[in-house]
Amino acid sequence: MGELRLMKGNEAFAEACIRAGVDAYFGYPITPQSEVIEYLMAAKPYETTGMVVLQAESEIASINMCYGAAGAGFLPATSSSSPGISLKMEGISYMAGAELPLIILNVVRGGPGLGDIQPAQSDYFQATKGGGHGDYRLYVLAPSSVQEMSDFVLIAKEIAFKYRNPVMILSDGVIGQMMEKVELFDPIPRRTIEEVEKQCPWATTGKKPNRQRNIITSLDLDPYRQEKHVLKLYEKYKRMEQEDVRYEEIQVSDAEYLLVAYGSSARICQKTVDLARVEGIKLGLLRAITLFPFPGKRIAELAKQVKGILAVEMSTGQLVEDVKLSVNCSVPVYHFGRTGGVIHTPTEVLDAVKNLLMK
Amino acid sequence: MDIKDIIKPENLVYRRTPLLTDKPLSYCPGCGHGTIHRIIMEVIEEMNIQDKTIGIAPVGCSVLAYEFMDIDMQQAAHGRATALATAIKRLLPDRFVFTYQGDGDLAAIGTAETIHACNRGENFIIFFVNNGIYGMTGGQMAPTTLPGMKASTCPFGRDTKIMGNPLKITELVAQLPGTYYVTRQAVHTPNAVRKAKKAVRNAFEYSKLNKGLCFIEFVSNCNSGWKMNAVQANKWMEENMFPFYPLGDIKVPQPEKV
Repeated sequence: MGELRLMKGNEAFAEACIRAGVDAYFGYPITPQSEVIEYLMAAKPYETTGMVVLQAESEIASINMCYGAAGAGFLPATSSSSPGISLKMEGISYMAGAELPLIILNVVRGGPGLGDIQPAQSDYFQATKGGGHGDYRLYVLAPSSVQEMSDFVLIAKEIAFKYRNPVMILSDGVIGQMMEKVELFDPIPRRTIEEVEKQCPWATTGKKPNRQRNIITSLDLDPYRQEKHVLKLYEKYKRMEQEDVRYEEIQVSDAEYLLVAYGSSARICQKTVDLARVEGIKLGLLRAITLFPFPGKRIAELAKQVKGILAVEMSTGQLVEDVKLSVNCSVPVYHFGRTGGVIHTPTEVLDAVKNLLMK
Repeated sequence: MDIKDIIKPENLVYRRTPLLTDKPLSYCPGCGHGTIHRIIMEVIEEMNIQDKTIGIAPVGCSVLAYEFMDIDMQQAAHGRATALATAIKRLLPDRFVFTYQGDGDLAAIGTAETIHACNRGENFIIFFVNNGIYGMTGGQMAPTTLPGMKASTCPFGRDTKIMGNPLKITELVAQLPGTYYVTRQAVHTPNAVRKAKKAVRNAFEYSKLNKGLCFIEFVSNCNSGWKMNAVQANKWMEENMFPFYPLGDIKVPQPEKV
């Protein structure tokens, strides 16, 4: 059994970065995720593992520091909340284009604009459909507990290198701020420079006489070569859909009605399922753990079994579009959710089940 | 005397450094970029640090600098080169790291990154090429365009009442405690090239000391953007750019007090 601690979600993410052997963290404070950089600055991993931690002058600078670090073969992490993630999107697009590994945490708050500082899930489109410019996707993980804020760092690390692609952990103000018991995984040492050069022969660590120079760029002025490059990226995203979809099913085996949710909404929906079952309503929940690649195939299978699906999310309807695309009109699909930083209650969700799904 | 009798190592007075690739430069004839590329690569060759040097290319005319320099390089988003360099130098502290940026990249869109990297005293080198215009996008006004100077977005000359003043960012960063060596050079004459190359060598040597950021501005020409031929452009630069951007050292390391 690993070390047990009571931690905030943001702190669990920070501690997990140190333990996972992440090479560098570059960030900028914004509510509700500033605990990440505060924790790292207090933990001083640069004195133990050599992990670089730096508070940059802006979100823009911090994501571009990540670009530099990743281009040199290192695994960087960064974190922010919605308005700050928008600022990082240019850099994220460049990193996807240059095929660089990265872990990004988005502790989502209400928007648009400066919005508020309460939890929301209104950045789903931005996270799953690219977010920045160009044809690209992020691998998107949605934790629904403080435990997963830690565990998903390890998945993110594996995926970031497997595909040479940025990975986003799409959390929200609930998961980031609440405290829960966490079982921490044992520390993994950071790679030595020799190991970095072996794992990432493409990295800019200094041109050795026995190899060509390494170039990290997202630019190719020849449209035919650029098309080839974009199609190569597309193949990676297709492979993610084949090999790395993650989801969890709760009471779906006999379900007549299905909830689809992720993150803190999925936690709320778990309670709704319990409440429904007490009333004899056969309700189940599919919790999407990866939002891209989306578990659409499994939802389509379940659509053959249920009378209707309710997508529950803290937005006016973003996840629901992917659910609708997945089931292709085979069953009715509805949306329910509070937004702007308001969190729906389990009974509000149950009322929506009765009023929309069972009508 | 046969040509073979002349081609001997002892008669060699000049050669192209092998650290420049065979790729033809994408710069306009008469532009200073090629010379600046060459002296940087010559210094890297002379110091035998090709395997320890990482460069960052900007957005602008020198966006493809990595095609001409035979070293490991990264290409940054517009204005963000010093953010990349910050991370690389901190993760690989024994390497030499430099950025190569133009005036739009460094002194307009990247002003925050420039000032904060300088102010933190990051231990890399910034090569700043100031030609007072946006060359690559076709001659628009730059943050360093002189008052009265014409560009496609100030076709009647820069009116400082409307368009603001040119930014002397080199003097500005020299004020910051994190800069160690700040100098302004040019490459329009053989003598200027020799001085500029000495400054480049100084920057790489100072870089070993880890005492802060080295910043070299090259006041350069843009004959295409300025709508002149190369000779006219150099003359115009001497008569107009140099009075506003005077050449010479702005901040030189002081000898340690004994």
